[in-house]
Amino acid sequence: MGGEIRFLLNDTEIRLSEAGSRDTLLDFLRLEQRLTGTKEGCAEGDCGACTVLVGRLHHGHLHYEPINACIRFLASCHGCHVVTIEHLRGRDGGLHPVQAAMVEHHGSQCGFCTPGFVMALYGLWMQNPRPDMLAIETALQGNLCRCTGYEPIVKAAFAASEAGGQNFDALTVERDRVTAALNAIPRERVEVARGNDRAILPADAADLAQVLAENPKATIVAGATDVGLWVTKFLRDISPAVFIGHLTDLKKIEITPGHITIGAGVTYSEFEPFVLAHFPEALDYWRRIGGWQVRNAGTIGGNVANGSPIGETPPLLIALGATLRLRSSAGSRDLAVEDYFIDYGKQDRRPGEFLESITVPLKAEDARIAAYKVSKRHHADITASAAAFHVETDGATITCARVAFGGMAATPKRAKSAEAALKGQPFTAETFEAAAQAVANDFQPLSDWRASAEYRQQLAANFFRRFWLEQSGAEHRLRRVE
Amino acid sequence: MKQDVFVKGAAHTSIIHDSAVKHVTGQADYTDDLMMPEGTLHGYLGLSSVAHGRITTMDLDAVRKAPGVHLVLTAEDIPGVNDISPNGLHDDPVFATPEVQFLGQPIFAVIAETRDQARRACQLARVEYDELPFSLDAIAARDAGMGYVTKPLKLARGDMAEMESAPKKLQGRLTVGGQEHFYLESQIAFAIPGEDDEVIVNTSTQHPSEVQHMVAHVLDIPSNAVVVQVRRMGGGFGGKESQMNVFCVTAALAAKKLKRPVKVRPDRDDDFQITGKRHDFVIDYSCGYDETGKIHAVDADFYARCGFSADLSGPVTDRALFHADNAYYYPAVELRSHPMKTNTVSNTAFRGFGGPQGVIMAERIVEDIAYALRRDPLEIRKRNLYENGQLTPYHQEVEDQILPRLFEELEASSDYHARRQAVLDFNARGGTIRKGIALTPVKFGISFTATWYNQAGALIHIYSDGSIHLNHGGTEMGQGLNTKVAQVVAEALGVDIGRIRITKTTTEKVPNTSATAASSGSDLNGMAALNACEQLLARLATFAAETRGIAPEQVSIGETVRIGDENLPFADFIRSAYLARVQLSAAGFYKTPKIHWNRDTGRGRPFYYYAYGAACAEVSVDTLTGEYVVERADVLHDVGRSLNPALDKGQVEGAFIQGMGWLTSEELWWDAKGRLRTHAPSTYKIPLASDRPKIFNVALADWSVNRENTIKRSKAVGEPPFMLPICVFQALNMAVASFNDYRENPRIDAPATPERVLMAIENLR
Repeated sequence: MGGEIRFLLNDTEIRLSEAGSRDTLLDFLRLEQRLTGTKEGCAEGDCGACTVLVGRLHHGHLHYEPINACIRFLASCHGCHVVTIEHLRGRDGGLHPVQAAMVEHHGSQCGFCTPGFVMALYGLWMQNPRPDMLAIETALQGNLCRCTGYEPIVKAAFAASEAGGQNFDALTVERDRVTAALNAIPRERVEVARGNDRAILPADAADLAQVLAENPKATIVAGATDVGLWVTKFLRDISPAVFIGHLTDLKKIEITPGHITIGAGVTYSEFEPFVLAHFPEALDYWRRIGGWQVRNAGTIGGNVANGSPIGETPPLLIALGATLRLRSSAGSRDLAVEDYFIDYGKQDRRPGEFLESITVPLKAEDARIAAYKVSKRHHADITASAAAFHVETDGATITCARVAFGGMAATPKRAKSAEAALKGQPFTAETFEAAAQAVANDFQPLSDWRASAEYRQQLAANFFRRFWLEQSGAEHRLRRVE
Repeated sequence: MKQDVFVKGAAHTSIIHDSAVKHVTGQADYTDDLMMPEGTLHGYLGLSSVAHGRITTMDLDAVRKAPGVHLVLTAEDIPGVNDISPNGLHDDPVFATPEVQFLGQPIFAVIAETRDQARRACQLARVEYDELPFSLDAIAARDAGMGYVTKPLKLARGDMAEMESAPKKLQGRLTVGGQEHFYLESQIAFAIPGEDDEVIVNTSTQHPSEVQHMVAHVLDIPSNAVVVQVRRMGGGFGGKESQMNVFCVTAALAAKKLKRPVKVRPDRDDDFQITGKRHDFVIDYSCGYDETGKIHAVDADFYARCGFSADLSGPVTDRALFHADNAYYYPAVELRSHPMKTNTVSNTAFRGFGGPQGVIMAERIVEDIAYALRRDPLEIRKRNLYENGQLTPYHQEVEDQILPRLFEELEASSDYHARRQAVLDFNARGGTIRKGIALTPVKFGISFTATWYNQAGALIHIYSDGSIHLNHGGTEMGQGLNTKVAQVVAEALGVDIGRIRITKTTTEKVPNTSATAASSGSDLNGMAALNACEQLLARLATFAAETRGIAPEQVSIGETVRIGDENLPFADFIRSAYLARVQLSAAGFYKTPKIHWNRDTGRGRPFYYYAYGAACAEVSVDTLTGEYVVERADVLHDVGRSLNPALDKGQVEGAFIQGMGWLTSEELWWDAKGRLRTHAPSTYKIPLASDRPKIFNVALADWSVNRENTIKRSKAVGEPPFMLPICVFQALNMAVASFNDYRENPRIDAPATPERVLMAIENLR
């Protein structure tokens, strides 16, 4: 067992034998390293002012992506390369192409959000040298600017793309050296503490089972896009915290005939290409989960395990008929995703268990799938109401209908009355209208700051109408980018 | 003396923001980035948990015993006055006692080794209250007889009998939501104690002199003991005009008591709870008009949720009335403000300062008339535009009307008429997606309506090596004020802008400054700096002329100084002036001419001039969800002769998106207990890059020249464009109205969230 958190910070190797579970990367950068270019805007992963790049080895390949340092726990940086705005320079020590483009296009006004934007754009520039408007807007979903109105920042993104220079970039040039340095960090269980505040990083999934057997009340932390707020907003104690984001055996994605099995540690971003390949109908929905930084950190397993009624993946997984596998040192058990959610804040996960993987049936050829979400703001907002549809027909008659909702009840839940109104009925507008009426019997939603109960009910009904319109080929929905 | 050489960074050129390179490299220091002296401690505020009540017990023992805690401050620890009211009404305590008047009101502060310790210690307080009745919104407050936080205003002109005699009449109620500033940099104060009673406060504020006065007032020390410094803010938008006070006085008080530096920075959630926002309004209006769409009379009551104290609510609600005409002439008019006291955070300045809430009523009335007469609203707008010589409701004569030309050019560049027809045709096909289009004007009065604020100072030193140090009373919050003032100085002195160092704003260099607010920063400080330059130029020209025995007119100062036939570099010339004991430092001053205002009579000329603009937006609405997309927006905005077209365009674009947020996705939501539940970006949604118009054409009216003698004939730009996106709001109304064949104005309230849009559609179905 190791007793040190080890990672690279820009050009420096960091070794920490003392660290608490609650220590955030942002505080470490600003307070201890005095790297004050990274800013705190909200401390909840919603504004992007603290965006840094984190490089990690993914299937042996060094991969960098922007994340929010404010809700990234320091301990979870073990084995990573953290890159801050201070590291971003051109080969000649001048401005990086992204920085130069931001200056030239007047992309900063007050400048407080700017380092975060530069880092997000840097991440995009590295991953996608020729982004289109959709790619740029998607990359900027997690960055708020209150001054510019974004137009000059988007122009800067295009200009940086024109300027190119990826081959000469410091992170490209240094790739082998960094890979070797990260590979040199041993893969063993690491435990550090500050006083009684403990952070544990298991060596692998089997070791995780062991750690949880030893610490059944531990807080499991994957992407920390929710747990981070328990600490930064609610000042909760999460010790002992078990960090699992680094476990490569929880990051496997396996495709077998008829199924796809997703490791619980797979991030939204890692799974996005598979959404595109297997469930393209849900791609727009997928990109409405958080902002880019959140999708780079947050995991599908965390989204499910955490049990939130407004998580985006459960309605989709339930509609698709997914099952999940829970594991402990005593063995494994499988259950339907929908059965995992017992009540608000209550899930069927026993002490010592962790969510290992989720298995989703691949789409049958004649299945019709859709996933809808409505929120006050289109992107990077929490669901007011969301629905996922999985409907099969034998030509004219609906043979199977699974429709699951989020934001409508204490848990993600199927609309049983509406499903009943569909199943066995002709595949027609009238049938979907009947389902739209029936869904009123399925839910008694709350009124809160995201939506009134009346609006949620209306949306739930309208999702059935929209589904019909979509399936019948009618012009139906707004698209920002054609 | 004359200048005919090219100056790098002169006025009217689009140079970059002076901090742009520092912004993109992370090297620009904000208050939280300043090096902390050894021994720095951290403060955090403890807040009330009820909307209204009398504190019966405040047990802070556990707080005092918490790890790392050095000091707990309550009202009893204040040596001076427990008041930070910016208006002399003494209604705004630092720490509320014994009565708390909103949920989230500061009642004590904790100073500890670390911010985390101070924050956690705050949670350990045991506070009990006798809860008292409370009112959260303006109408509930009116009905409960809560009264006003400050004296209301009435504006009247013309014969209100015209209301009754008008051929047609309409009335309605418009509810306009508030808005959180969401400056990316939260409030912050960092106080460093000095000897005797001295203290330096580094903070993020638009109003350093006010911080100075408040610290002096609360600590019971003279203003000359307090230095307030701000290099830059991470956004202000009005939210740092008075709202920084509580953090600054807490930090200063603790620093003096402990003789150690103290920093106070709230978490974003607490910043939302503690600091005021844009006022939300309920406006009851009626209008008499005729078949041609001409307005005869307007009568309106403006109820504002001011919060528990006056703060800036007086001038904010006044400005709502000043702009209730927007660009339209009301032959007879009566407008009344009702600055209601409520048990919510005290609302404050926000870009537009009440003006937008007035403007949107004028636009609602125009639309009501257009729907009633089944006309294009643009026609009604044009019919009612001011003509020069007409009087506003406050009896100021409009003299600089340029909207007819702005309309004409924007109608052409946006292809308004053809696109409106296309929208009508599209909607007539009756699909799920509906469209709307609108073109709306803005006329915005420039000057502080508190006339004495319209003054500014600047201080310029030329050092003997020829480098120039520029300071003025304005503050930099991203708007590029420092850049613009430096441009003015570069041009005036004929030197490259690189020679000029822009320095932090400090109360030590320029005293008694006004807030950088009311869009006035460049107008006031540019002029003050120009005045300092003129003094320096006069001295230098006199010196040069006298030593050579020629007339001062034969001297030209610049990078190359020409004295008769002789040329010499600026630095050499300055060195010679120094050796000749010429004073190379000047304090400039400026006060805005012509303005006057008598609030009691409701008459005067509160505004030096007006800034104008117009915008056209087209939207698409998903009628199954209420979601929408802004397909295109075209803006033509008047900044007079722009000091810096690139920076001004940035202000226009940014204001447009910020204003669009106010009218669309930004919603403040209090629960029944008075707790603000939209308290951070997770719950309060400002626009994203993917919310901006898909096509966004922004142009400055480059032919416009301020007819008044402003700095280089430019016009103020901060606030006026904030109201341009009212066109987005009206376009959304139009898309919804298509469900009823445009027979009535759907009268969506602001913000037009997807929920409000869908529910308006359902009402018409």
